[in-house]
Amino acid sequence: MARSKSSYLLPLGIFLALAALLFYGLTIDPKKVPSPLIGKPAPSFELESLLEPGKTISSDILKGQISLVNVWASWCPSCRQEHAELVRIARESDVQMIGFNWKDERPAALEMLRRYGNPYTLSVFDPENRVGIDWGVYGAPETFVVDAEGIIRHKQIGPIDQRVWDE
Amino acid sequence: MIPELGHFALIIALGLALVQAVIPLWGSFNGRRPWMEMARPLAAGQLTFLVLAFACLLQAFLTDDFSVLYVAEQSNTLLPPIYKVSALWGGHEGSLLLWVLMLGIWGAAVAAFSRNLPLPMISRVISVQGMVAIGFLLFTLLTSNPFERIFPVPQEGRDLNPLLQDPGLAIHPPMLYMGYVGFSVAFAFAIAALLGGKLDAAWARWSRPWTTVAWIFLTIGISLGSWWAYYELGWGGWWFWDPVENASFMPWLAGTALIHSLAVTEKRGAFKSWTVLLAISAFSLSLLGTFLVRSGVLTSVHAFATDPSRGTFILAFLVIVIGGSLSLYAWRAPSVSGGGRFDLVSRESFLLVNNLLLAALALLVLFGTLAPLIYEAAGWGKISVGFPWFNTMFVAISPFLVLAMGLGPSTRWKHDEPARLARLLWIPFALSLGVLALCSTGLIFPGNLSVGLGLGLSTWLVLTQLVALRERLKNKGGLKALVGDLRNRSRSFYGMWLAHIGVAVFIVGATLVSSYGSETDLRMSPGAVHEVAGYRFQFNGAQPHDGPNYRAQRGEFVIYKGERQITVLHPEKRSYLSGGMPMTEAGIDPGFLRDLYVSLGEPVGDKGDWAVRIYYKPYVRWIWLAGILMALGGLLAVSDGRYRTARKSVQVPAGGGLARA
Repeated sequence: MARSKSSYLLPLGIFLALAALLFYGLTIDPKKVPSPLIGKPAPSFELESLLEPGKTISSDILKGQISLVNVWASWCPSCRQEHAELVRIARESDVQMIGFNWKDERPAALEMLRRYGNPYTLSVFDPENRVGIDWGVYGAPETFVVDAEGIIRHKQIGPIDQRVWDE
Repeated sequence: MIPELGHFALIIALGLALVQAVIPLWGSFNGRRPWMEMARPLAAGQLTFLVLAFACLLQAFLTDDFSVLYVAEQSNTLLPPIYKVSALWGGHEGSLLLWVLMLGIWGAAVAAFSRNLPLPMISRVISVQGMVAIGFLLFTLLTSNPFERIFPVPQEGRDLNPLLQDPGLAIHPPMLYMGYVGFSVAFAFAIAALLGGKLDAAWARWSRPWTTVAWIFLTIGISLGSWWAYYELGWGGWWFWDPVENASFMPWLAGTALIHSLAVTEKRGAFKSWTVLLAISAFSLSLLGTFLVRSGVLTSVHAFATDPSRGTFILAFLVIVIGGSLSLYAWRAPSVSGGGRFDLVSRESFLLVNNLLLAALALLVLFGTLAPLIYEAAGWGKISVGFPWFNTMFVAISPFLVLAMGLGPSTRWKHDEPARLARLLWIPFALSLGVLALCSTGLIFPGNLSVGLGLGLSTWLVLTQLVALRERLKNKGGLKALVGDLRNRSRSFYGMWLAHIGVAVFIVGATLVSSYGSETDLRMSPGAVHEVAGYRFQFNGAQPHDGPNYRAQRGEFVIYKGERQITVLHPEKRSYLSGGMPMTEAGIDPGFLRDLYVSLGEPVGDKGDWAVRIYYKPYVRWIWLAGILMALGGLLAVSDGRYRTARKSVQVPAGGGLARA
């Protein structure tokens, strides 16, 4: 079968286009699904406190200061990784850290806080994802930045480390 | 100490690989025999040190050495010992070590079983394998060292992902990797042929057994993965077109095309540039798959490591290996191709159709897998490509492939008469059309078009294979000649026959389970009975039950057909002690003609009610039976006597001249 010499270059050409695409792919973050809640008021909630069963915490705590609402769970390995970073942030800045324990069991959650430290001013407990759904939480860890008026400004999907914090 | 030894062994292996990649190859060009003769010992040496490294990591797992970070991440003192072994390849770093070990095994195998190959060729093949090993060893040592230590030493490991604590999944990666890495041999042979400027029937004959064995492993690995997903994930599905599944399917498609193309090159000297391109593609797709699951470019339930810096390394490696080999192809293939003319109606034609369709399928799967990325790069927003697109695409193309599969084996090489083919095959054709028509309507049983198409195609395939068998045995004495035929140099025919029957079995299984399977989600109280597909499922509630490293709620289902009790099933919902989301263990009653499948969803209310899923899965086992048949077919083909007699009949002159095969 006679073929022109240049047709033999076709596979190489296709591959190079593919490689370019994949290089581009490496620069984007596949986990960055934009949250529809950015710029909107944080959904209100009333949840049980994680540390004090029976005590209720409402979303009013979000008003009056900037808060980081960190969604985490004891079964989530990336949460363990980010925990040290959260402790550091809690120490070094005066942002209010709210722990949002999600789809978890209280004893395991408390154990994790005991072992790795508790960076949170307050912790709420949402074992059945009742509030998480309103906030659009679909995985752990996720962190929401809420301003003093209770408006969600940013949603970080995935663990926070030094790099992310600096950004 | 031992982990450090393992680390050191990897470094030595890298050093050996560097020598292996350069010296024998150079020797093959300047004719220095001692340089070329270093190839085999170098391959053996590499294997030795890779085995050593692997053994060191294994020791760390078996002794719960949590000072090794990877062991701490993947293992746990409560983990049953067999899973401590399989935990070795449960994560990114360890699975890379497994990959590289397989590379060493295949390299040493090529070195050992190639006595009758010309020395220049074998040195080039081994050198190319050395180059691949360099890439993987560098990647492992620089970015993914499994021997990294952690301090302070944790008391307890994080545990192997419970999904992986399973026999099917323990063996699935080794099988797959044997396949992926095995294609590196075909790749190395192709590159060696391009470098040497000579591509002939002898080269094809040498490549075939290696390629077929790799293909067998990949077939088994993919079937295992599908079977595992079915019984472990609790949704009753057996293929999800997940990026990592696709990453294994693409090399398989290319590999299937390759084994057919090699047959043509060996027998007729045609398809040379196709074969070389397919050999390069099959391995390239294996490498691409490695990239996709480790770089974070695509998210998937399977993805090992989403780390862009690792991704950059692999991508650079890909560009060098694939770009380099495709450039070599573009440069050298024109001068090695040509030969083997054939007419429009000939076996070559149908195999060409086969090549084209399989390649098209592979490209389409690639496109579907990467489409989200393409859309985002083009700024068209974020999309996800799912089941429906892949299924439609696949079902649209494969009938043509099956048609060709039916025609090919009965067609003569080089030239055949359409009238002769029509005479041979009109009965299968008519019967298949009949099945298609009957099953598309509701005449025999409730049917629809896809059932008709599926059953019609399988009928076509089975009947045409029977015709081919009859034609073959007709001149040898009929059915009695079957045993004798199997014993001598014709096993490759039966291998093909069995593998094609396997495809027909697959089509039947997939079609019937898709059309007639049922899934029922419902809430059941203890003692409740529900009827599905003529079976009565009685739920007797769930009791707590503990395992070696988990706590579970164990449900009981008693299944009746009519008045007869069929079986008792115990689906579980497990919480592993090391933490993690609850795992579902389905209760399955397997059968040749149907599976009955129950799984526990969530507890509802506080009276012991549960949300449960009841599945009726007819003929689902045929899907994996097909994989077994294909693998057996491959095995038959590889054991064909001609590969062994060829070895005896070739004398390699002591002077180092090229052997005439």
